[in-house]
Amino acid sequence: MLHVFLAGTALAWLAPLLWAVFSALRPYGETSSKGYVSWPDTLNLDNFTNAFEQSDMLHYFGNTLIIAVPAVLLTLFLSSCVAFRVSRFDFRLNLALLLVFTAGNLLPQQVIITPLYRLYLLTDLPGVTASGKLYDSALGLVLIHVAFQSGFCTFVLSNYMRSLPQELTEAALVDGASVWRLYWQITLPLCKPAMAALATLLSIWIYNDFFWALVLISTGENMPVTSALNNLSGQYFTDPNLVAAGALLTAVPTLIVYFALQRQFVSGLTLGSNKS
Amino acid sequence: MTTDTTTTQSPEAAARPPAGPALAKRRAARSRRRLLTRRDRFTLAAMVGVPTVLHLILVWVTALASVALAFTTWDGIGFDSIKWVGLDNFRQLFEDNPQFWPALQHNAVWFVALILVPTPFGLFLAVQLDKRIRFSRVYQTAYFLPVVISMACIGFVWQLVYNPDTGLINSLTGANEPGHYIDWIGDPDLNLWAVLVAASWRHTGYMMILYLAGLKSVDPSLREAAALDGAGEWQTFRHVVFPTLRPTNTVVLVVTVIESLRAFDLVFVFNKGAQGTELLSILVTNNIIGESSRIGYGSAIAVVLLVISLAVIIPYLVAAFRKERRS
Repeated sequence: MLHVFLAGTALAWLAPLLWAVFSALRPYGETSSKGYVSWPDTLNLDNFTNAFEQSDMLHYFGNTLIIAVPAVLLTLFLSSCVAFRVSRFDFRLNLALLLVFTAGNLLPQQVIITPLYRLYLLTDLPGVTASGKLYDSALGLVLIHVAFQSGFCTFVLSNYMRSLPQELTEAALVDGASVWRLYWQITLPLCKPAMAALATLLSIWIYNDFFWALVLISTGENMPVTSALNNLSGQYFTDPNLVAAGALLTAVPTLIVYFALQRQFVSGLTLGSNKS
Repeated sequence: MTTDTTTTQSPEAAARPPAGPALAKRRAARSRRRLLTRRDRFTLAAMVGVPTVLHLILVWVTALASVALAFTTWDGIGFDSIKWVGLDNFRQLFEDNPQFWPALQHNAVWFVALILVPTPFGLFLAVQLDKRIRFSRVYQTAYFLPVVISMACIGFVWQLVYNPDTGLINSLTGANEPGHYIDWIGDPDLNLWAVLVAASWRHTGYMMILYLAGLKSVDPSLREAAALDGAGEWQTFRHVVFPTLRPTNTVVLVVTVIESLRAFDLVFVFNKGAQGTELLSILVTNNIIGESSRIGYGSAIAVVLLVISLAVIIPYLVAAFRKERRS
């Protein structure tokens, strides 16, 4: 009885996605003459290959990669630095600092976007970025992702580091190890589980970002794939089947990451919420 | 590596004088400070300084700049054109903007809808899945899948369901004939609810995961005791399990408020926040990517959003941190 209910809801839950898959598998000509709710004569992957090629999706996946990889690594590095400092040393500003970081991460993005947009337009970086500014550059997106996401990561990592025995670093310090060594060789390796969880979470979040790229990138060519989809759907795709295929293709990387690292992802999500 | 270091440490830790914990802590702190070389202190300062400066400039300085700009008019060209106008932007916003009050209301509706439907449903699913039944993992994945997919992608997927002539609903109900259209996306009385169905679809999975984690930390002996006392399933949940979920409920509440203030992507993909689906976030964004760039005015909307957000975020964080410090 319970299984019937759960299986039923699970199927209903997947229905919109399955519907999108079904639509994407059918040729436009057939659906427009027979209607969308009809028995399929042909099912093929043509829409997927067309969407992929017509919209030059590989290029946009590349854009995402040059934004997401540095952003994830930098966020983890910088927030683990802050977390190390606040959890291993008595520091007068510990609590205030953590509060500032965590609160910043909880703000809606639109609260800061107008001045940020102006700041990015005003920052001249001739030779550093292709646009000569922070605006419309991968670097600009990396920076805002790092600044924004480091709030959550600092919070989670400092909780995690606090649960490691103090004696570990204390004794190493007595033995004359440098602070950097305490961080890099002793603390960081112990944080691997938390770092893995956060890395999974961050890659999915940053990959899925729509808003920052929408506002801070002006050249469609420079957009990461999630935001580019919005432009593409108007520019190249004229039929819903193709849009369905395009949308599903952008979801594939996150689904792969999720299925491969399900445990890390879920533990990451709850790492932050349970401690507080 | 872990075991290695701990074993070499333990004799030393044991040899420490059995002073009171507070005293020992203070002494340790003092000796640690003495042990730090100048280079160490520099490293520590840089480790905190670089990320903090980045975060402060890009998040908090810009947030404060929003507040400052909200009292000015500026066309964005050159700093000399910034003019102080006091509360003018706010007055216009509250009195003349036909979109402001609906947007605020929609944000509120968003929150109420999420807290009334997907949240209890997520809790319900979590309770069922917590029973260690077979295929639990499969069900869990199905409910959770929408959370992994981007909001933008979800917007496209749901358009296939809502589209007036080709969409799933109208095709099934025969409402896709001219004259019988139900325009789920275009009708200002319907579109907010249509988006909310999609948003709830995603939110349920998120809530389920949070509650599953909360349920895992419920002490099993509590349940055993309730069972011994002859409590039924509902009674046990109502009087034993639910009260222990209090910390999770707080998190769920805060997450839901923030999600409803942040709501943007889905609506933007849906109909760019046209009639019926306005949200504060959409109004701010339209000021930047739309034709009109009224910076002061846009910032005033952002300030409203900031004030509401902080009114939720700060009390929550202060309470959370205070609790943590005590423990």
